[in-house]
Amino acid sequence: MKKLLTSTAAATALLMGASGAQAEGKLAIYHWFEYIPQELLEKFSAEHDVEVILDTYDSNEAMLATLKAGAIGTYDVAVPTDYMVSILIGEGLADEVASGELKNIGNVKESFTDPAYDPGLKHSIPYQGGTTSFSVDTAEYSGDINSTDIVFNPPEELKGKINILDSQGEVLALAAVHMGIPQCSNDREQLKAMNEMLQAAKPHWASFNSDTAKEVLAAGDVAVGMIFNGFAAKARESRDTLQYAFPKQGWVNWMDSVVLLKDAPNRENALKFMDFLLEPENIAAVTNYARYRDVVKGSEEFHDPALAEEPEGNPPAGIEGVFVQACDAETQAVYDKIWTNLKK
Amino acid sequence: MAGGATSGGNAVTDTYKEARNWLLLPAWVTLSFLVLAPVLLMLVYSFLTKEFRGGVIWEFSLAAYDQFFFDRGLFGDDPAQIEWTYIAIFWRSIWQAGAATLLSLAIGFPTAYFIATRPEKQRVIWVFLITIPYWVNLLIRTVSMRFLLRDEGPLNSFFMATGLVDGPVHMINTNFAVQVGLFYSYLPFMVLPIYAAVERYNFTLSEAAADLYANKWITLRHIVLPAVKPGVIAGCILVFVPSLGSFLAPDLLGGAKNFMIGSLIEEQFKGNAGNWPFGAAASMILLTMVLIILVIYARAQARSDKEAG
Repeated sequence: MKKLLTSTAAATALLMGASGAQAEGKLAIYHWFEYIPQELLEKFSAEHDVEVILDTYDSNEAMLATLKAGAIGTYDVAVPTDYMVSILIGEGLADEVASGELKNIGNVKESFTDPAYDPGLKHSIPYQGGTTSFSVDTAEYSGDINSTDIVFNPPEELKGKINILDSQGEVLALAAVHMGIPQCSNDREQLKAMNEMLQAAKPHWASFNSDTAKEVLAAGDVAVGMIFNGFAAKARESRDTLQYAFPKQGWVNWMDSVVLLKDAPNRENALKFMDFLLEPENIAAVTNYARYRDVVKGSEEFHDPALAEEPEGNPPAGIEGVFVQACDAETQAVYDKIWTNLKK
Repeated sequence: MAGGATSGGNAVTDTYKEARNWLLLPAWVTLSFLVLAPVLLMLVYSFLTKEFRGGVIWEFSLAAYDQFFFDRGLFGDDPAQIEWTYIAIFWRSIWQAGAATLLSLAIGFPTAYFIATRPEKQRVIWVFLITIPYWVNLLIRTVSMRFLLRDEGPLNSFFMATGLVDGPVHMINTNFAVQVGLFYSYLPFMVLPIYAAVERYNFTLSEAAADLYANKWITLRHIVLPAVKPGVIAGCILVFVPSLGSFLAPDLLGGAKNFMIGSLIEEQFKGNAGNWPFGAAASMILLTMVLIILVIYARAQARSDKEAG
């Protein structure tokens, strides 16, 4: 949908912008939509005399499908979320970065240099981290919003005014958090209960939409919307009664990473781009635009001061979020069935 | 339209007959590469084994069709029952597409008739006006429709400003919105073929009917409609078939709460499910259904041509 627009527009703008025409080389990026500022791509393009091509997607799964359907060898880097990084590595779709190939890798904050999804950062660099929860229009509901009940067992005022992300991974992860059961559980009773809980919740939902998640909240189509924290902050700018929830049961954490893809046609430029994004000033530009958080040392001094006080970006202490897990084939089959039941 | 070939009867000279075979070559090449090859690929994929997280394993399997027709419970080990889920999704899509077709016909026929009965110079302008909105991409038009229909959109502001209603009429994310979207998207596909048929209609026949004391309704039913029937049927097919597979209107205007055929298939390739053989099988079943409808139409057409002599 909108991703088609954004990618085409961005690509066209870039092609026009790189008016040198005879750029040294190319760099093909496969990226989440509405995430990286145009000026930053132009800066990279100018610094390294590289023509940048940006295509966008609206879900990790859509990206995986495109790569598997033959786009591998077309793109140099992709920007999947943590669990999808490990899937890409497992599927053999990620190339390995030899030690010493990234001169700025030392800029990554220590606690992020050995993540579970890519031990030792052999294939990726951390890009932006954030949370997925939901925003509530406090003009429509004045009660306590910090509970997953708002989404899965909503109060009367909010029934029929809820937008859910059209993304199986995040919805089922949040459902598991709501029920206090482990993700990818293969316990039959727990899976059955999850199926029933979602079936009971669905009549209260207005729509499933990911790429208009921000817009439907800002425009008042819905009063509750599952959303990422950066989008929530931007939605609040258009409608100041919106408030981002940090449910007491927990929320979804994530870390998007830049992955070097297998058979990258411009591997050299891909590495240059990864190094470029590990420079504090550059990654801070992404952070200021997307409103998520980078994990590069020294980026804080380039951050927009508003970020430090922003409610969406500063989760309360004492409650933990969970990372989405990649389920095994057998459990995934049940998850797929639950999802189809939900949308049939 | 389809009946046109049989009614003319001008003999084609041998020169043209011979030329015809190789002139068709570009069309055949295009059709086989762009239509036949993808369909065959889908057919083959629908009989393969699914690979976890998308892709296929080259082993023959009927699992995709089995999944479509048989329900084995949440965990896949209950005794097989008939699976109503996908049948219901298909039925919903057929119903939506059918309603959109009827709506388009109800508005499109009078429109086409009106245009075709204007003086010749005016007709061009009217047809031009019909096509203007279609210079803009379908996606953008559908998103714009969202803006119009939403609770705080211009339509509701207008209703409330005029005092017609007290609160906003909730239209977005309803079946009504989907219908409006489909109708708006495909209306010209109804108007243009009917216009072409009515334009060729010989209006002296209507005058003759009037001379023989037929009233306007009888003239329309027994003289005009049979003559323009091919145009009407072509219009119905052109609206019904794309509506059946559409996913923009259901997703953007209907809120994607319920799968339509198009989004169900999309999910198999782009969603978590990653079940390519099942997506291919659902596509093949959809294709078969559309083919059956077209064959029924073609046979009915052939029969009525025969009866007409």
